[in-house]
Amino acid sequence: MSALRIDVMRVETHRHGRTLTLVDGVSLSLAPGEVLALVGASGSGKSLTCAASLGVLPPGTVQTDGRVSLGGEALRFPELRGRLVASILQNPRSAFNPVRSMRDHARETFKALGVPRSAWEKRIAQAMQEAGLEDAQRVLGLHPFEMSGGMLQRMMIALALASEAPFLFADEPTTDLDLIVQREILELLERLKHERGLGILLVTHDMGVVARLADRVAVMEAGRIVETGPVQTIFHRPAHATTRELVAAHLALYGLTSADSPHPTTLEVTQ
Amino acid sequence: MSLLAARGVHHGYRRFSLVGAGRVTPVLESVDLDIAPGETLALLGRSGCGKSTLSRLLVGLETPTSGEVRFEDRPLQNLAKTQWQALRRSVQMVFQDPLGAVNPRARVAEIIGEPLEHLCELKGTARRDRVVELLEAVGLDAGDADKYPQQMSGGQLQRVCIARALAPRPKLIILDEAVSNLDLHLQIRMLSLFEQLQREHEVAYLFITHDLRLVERFCSRVVVMEAGRIVENTPVTRPLRLTTHEGRALQDAVLPALPSQMRIAH
Repeated sequence: MSALRIDVMRVETHRHGRTLTLVDGVSLSLAPGEVLALVGASGSGKSLTCAASLGVLPPGTVQTDGRVSLGGEALRFPELRGRLVASILQNPRSAFNPVRSMRDHARETFKALGVPRSAWEKRIAQAMQEAGLEDAQRVLGLHPFEMSGGMLQRMMIALALASEAPFLFADEPTTDLDLIVQREILELLERLKHERGLGILLVTHDMGVVARLADRVAVMEAGRIVETGPVQTIFHRPAHATTRELVAAHLALYGLTSADSPHPTTLEVTQ
Repeated sequence: MSLLAARGVHHGYRRFSLVGAGRVTPVLESVDLDIAPGETLALLGRSGCGKSTLSRLLVGLETPTSGEVRFEDRPLQNLAKTQWQALRRSVQMVFQDPLGAVNPRARVAEIIGEPLEHLCELKGTARRDRVVELLEAVGLDAGDADKYPQQMSGGQLQRVCIARALAPRPKLIILDEAVSNLDLHLQIRMLSLFEQLQREHEVAYLFITHDLRLVERFCSRVVVMEAGRIVENTPVTRPLRLTTHEGRALQDAVLPALPSQMRIAH
């Protein structure tokens, strides 16, 4: 499997008769088995970049340039969504239909993917087990209000896994979860990266999540990518002023300053 | 003397359905808690452990099933009208979701001005001046006073809610996950503002959170809750050392400050 490439993505909107550029020529590549974190302040265009890459931009915004390709071959959105790229979002509760059971959601997903009826019961049960949901039969009968936020996020991951898409876009996947559930979800994502070779685009504003999970980091500001680099470089030798501010603010939260974080020794191994 | 205290508080909720009332689900069990003037207390626990219910009982939004809440050593049920007003003025609360905490049809000046009018009887230009002063304290502009909530971002609106809580010069501010959805540099700015108010006016804080990083940086005492009970109540040491099983579990789940140096780069 080759890398997924997003090239010169541009998203615009019109406000008071003027054209505003929200995403300004963003290019990214995501390799299988890699976690690429997309970080930046709120409103910097992180989520819009993801949405544009999947062709699910909110009303009022237009994609004016950019393409997504895999191994040099340009992709159309219907080939992409759910088949090559699965996605999970912040606040899983709002991603489920409150009057439908988990079984209905699974059925809908498989129907959209064209998986035959006979195959899907087994496939969802296996995906749920992998996502850490024991007793799939019982959980499939539950409605969203009967489940905790952590369970719902696991179910969302299970649906993503069941699609067997090689890439995952995770937009703030743990922001609304408590610390312990957050840890479990991050461990799960890391395991899937290793075991399945899942390529994950992780959108977050929490540099702690980045430190925990990311291999590479892309920093966004005002619709542009200002710096991309391996996670160690971003934390220890940030080049751009925005990155430096982000890392300094993050370390201040831990009562550290940049001076407290000496350059890592040569333990960093490049494959 | 404690500012606000819970004594043997039990609380539960009953579910209702078409066939009648169900059993009471206990949410809090024999909770004792004291908040002293000028202290910064962290209330820690995972989702659903009863943290927010306890805070609602503490400000008198709900009455406990049994046990009592005391404000300046008087039980809430015995407070006279003027004492209730003193409680309303002295204890302010900031919630996690700012959009749900403001009137969407009110301008920012009205949102922040409301407690000034009802609790402080501040009128006219004096009120307007105080609103501007509060907006500037939380890093917003005087010009934001004329905006409506939907014209602001989540982070800006949360700061409006913080300004509103500061307006009547309270003795205690309850922050229910109130800074966790702000950008990092704003979180730090708000914490500095809180620390400054504490130095200058002896304001106490009850910091409800699951972010241990904030506890270590900002709080002097930490209370850990598990399934409706307080399981640990201890001063904050730096580094923080929690000893109960639940406290350890929360502490172990803290995200690392820096990427692990053993991580293989691709």
